[in-house]
Amino acid sequence: MLLALGRWMGTLVGTVPHGVVQDGTVPILAEGCMALPSGRSGGNGIHAQACNVEQGMTTNSSGMQFGIFSVSDISRNPVTGQTPSEAERIEGMIQIAQRADEVGLDVFAIGEHHNPPFFSSSPTTLLAAIAATTKQIVVSTATTLITTNDPVKIAEDYAMLQHVAKGRMDLMLGRGNTVPVYPWFGKDISQGLPLALENYNLLHQLWSEDVVDWEGSFRTPLQGFTSTPRPLDDVAPFIWHGSIRTPEIAEQAAYYGNGYFANNILAPSFHFKPLVDFYRQRFEHYGHGTKEQAIVGLGGQAFIGRTSQGARDQYRPYFEGSPIYGHAYSLDDYIAQTPTSVGSVQEVIDKTLTFQEGFGDYQRQLWNLDAAGLPLEMVLEQVEILGTEVVPVLRRELASRRSPGAADAPTHASRVLAKYGDAAARQPRPNPNRGGNVTGTSPYQDSDAAYRVDYPEVF
Amino acid sequence: MSYTAQRQASIVVIAAGVSDPSSTQMLADRIATKSVEALAGLGVAAMVTVVPVASLAGDVVTATVGGLRSAELNAAIEAIASADAIVAATPVYKAGLSGLFKSFIDILDNDIMIAKPVVLAVTAGSPRHALVVEDQLRPLFAYLRALAVPTAIAATPEDWAQPDLGVRIARAATELAHIVNSGLAGAIADATWADHRHEYAGVATRSADGAINLESSLMKLAAGGTLTKPA
Repeated sequence: MLLALGRWMGTLVGTVPHGVVQDGTVPILAEGCMALPSGRSGGNGIHAQACNVEQGMTTNSSGMQFGIFSVSDISRNPVTGQTPSEAERIEGMIQIAQRADEVGLDVFAIGEHHNPPFFSSSPTTLLAAIAATTKQIVVSTATTLITTNDPVKIAEDYAMLQHVAKGRMDLMLGRGNTVPVYPWFGKDISQGLPLALENYNLLHQLWSEDVVDWEGSFRTPLQGFTSTPRPLDDVAPFIWHGSIRTPEIAEQAAYYGNGYFANNILAPSFHFKPLVDFYRQRFEHYGHGTKEQAIVGLGGQAFIGRTSQGARDQYRPYFEGSPIYGHAYSLDDYIAQTPTSVGSVQEVIDKTLTFQEGFGDYQRQLWNLDAAGLPLEMVLEQVEILGTEVVPVLRRELASRRSPGAADAPTHASRVLAKYGDAAARQPRPNPNRGGNVTGTSPYQDSDAAYRVDYPEVF
Repeated sequence: MSYTAQRQASIVVIAAGVSDPSSTQMLADRIATKSVEALAGLGVAAMVTVVPVASLAGDVVTATVGGLRSAELNAAIEAIASADAIVAATPVYKAGLSGLFKSFIDILDNDIMIAKPVVLAVTAGSPRHALVVEDQLRPLFAYLRALAVPTAIAATPEDWAQPDLGVRIARAATELAHIVNSGLAGAIADATWADHRHEYAGVATRSADGAINLESSLMKLAAGGTLTKPA
């Protein structure tokens, strides 16, 4: 008989759930050119671009993309006590995105919220303004609500953004985390997951097919519907599915060969690894490539200082003044236990490298830099340090560690190339208005004439 | 005393007393000791692990408010997940179970105790609070789909001088030992696991493998299918 009664001695300590870190050697390619097998959306053209990155280019067509994402919170600065106005914060956000573009970051993503203290209710309008005033950065969302938005309107709005941004965009779909948004938009939160899944199935169809007949459980049926404009070059915007706990969302990303994004914030380090691994397995199962070729994105949070202690000292009042963090955690514990990086340039680099060690090669790294009421000048400085000191080193380091099988981050250019090769992309031209503001039985000049569109009957 | 027993069982004591010595801890220890004896009588060697909730109080609050769990808290939760039996003991405060005890239970995965045998116990300052164990603890563990044994223990100051308390403890321990010995808990959990809702990558013992049902209607919807409508 064994009896170990008494104060629990902590002998069971040491099992950190989800904290699995991959072991093994990392192949380093001497020449620095990433060898790309044919598996994913890449041909020789992509291969050449990947090599260019090694030569110091900071275009967004590299193997990996680095950028920033914001939830669009308008938070009180806990140091000054001032809260920016909506006008100030919106203007500031555009400046942040422009600075990110100037310093060579690849992605700027904004969330979607429908209540104060957030401003981003209409992400495509903001992103269009940013795309119009930047040169190379990809604009995206984090996330677009696939639950409470009509998928038809998402198809229209984001295809329009894709055209005005000349392909420099993609989007990330999520279910949202604010309960009242569902009733505000006439939806039932208890149906949130089936709503998200069904809505994306429809969105996919709207961007893949000129004419859609559709019937589902949550939306008015569609008959003879064409979502306009058709995607740029008839290539749908790339889709990321964001999820922090739902295998069904990872499954959907895998089924369609889309990207899967784990926000990698507000949770212990490597908490999301089981979901990422599940997505990778299912991506392979559905024949889109090996699990190493799956398209994975990770978030993170950073504050970068000149020194380790300087960064902590500078960031601490914002952390402690934040209703999200300050009431529950000490900054030092939070840095130790979560993916949040607060420290010197080297510390932020080192911590980010652990993401690749834990999650495997991935395609997109986004940081949140602007939460907790940081003033605009400080955020702009953070963006600059990130773009000029952190990311260039990470590009080099991660490229050198990257497995030859890893896929490149998808871009509009790479997806056009994958679809058409050297051929010209399709440019749909509508048939004339046949009266009643519709084109009759065939929407485009190159639509299959044998296929006749049936419009709904109107009485 | 024999070390030749082939079968082993782990008992985890969740005790939310706060003083030292704590009567709640003493009660839980007596139940655990009796349970070990009862199991030994059935040829099962049992090991007891104590989760002293008071020493994890700060971690419990942090996990409640912010969601992050300390390594110590995770270790305690994993011990519960892998336990064959549980002794749950709380003081009665203000005519109800201890808020600290409830907060600890609140951060556990819903599926962590499915069909696990549990002895329920409270200590109370007055016999007028004796039914808290039945009125509040039993429904809580029913929600967790645990298998609370028929005899629950309430110990009030006068009980500590009564042999009856020992009788009730022995009876609860015997009930627990027979359920553990029967293998009933594992059989029920195995047979019903797929019917329960589970936290993805949660800590419950069976979560590690096969927790994702790829044949569910939602998984089919995720893979481009349609929802089946009720006829």
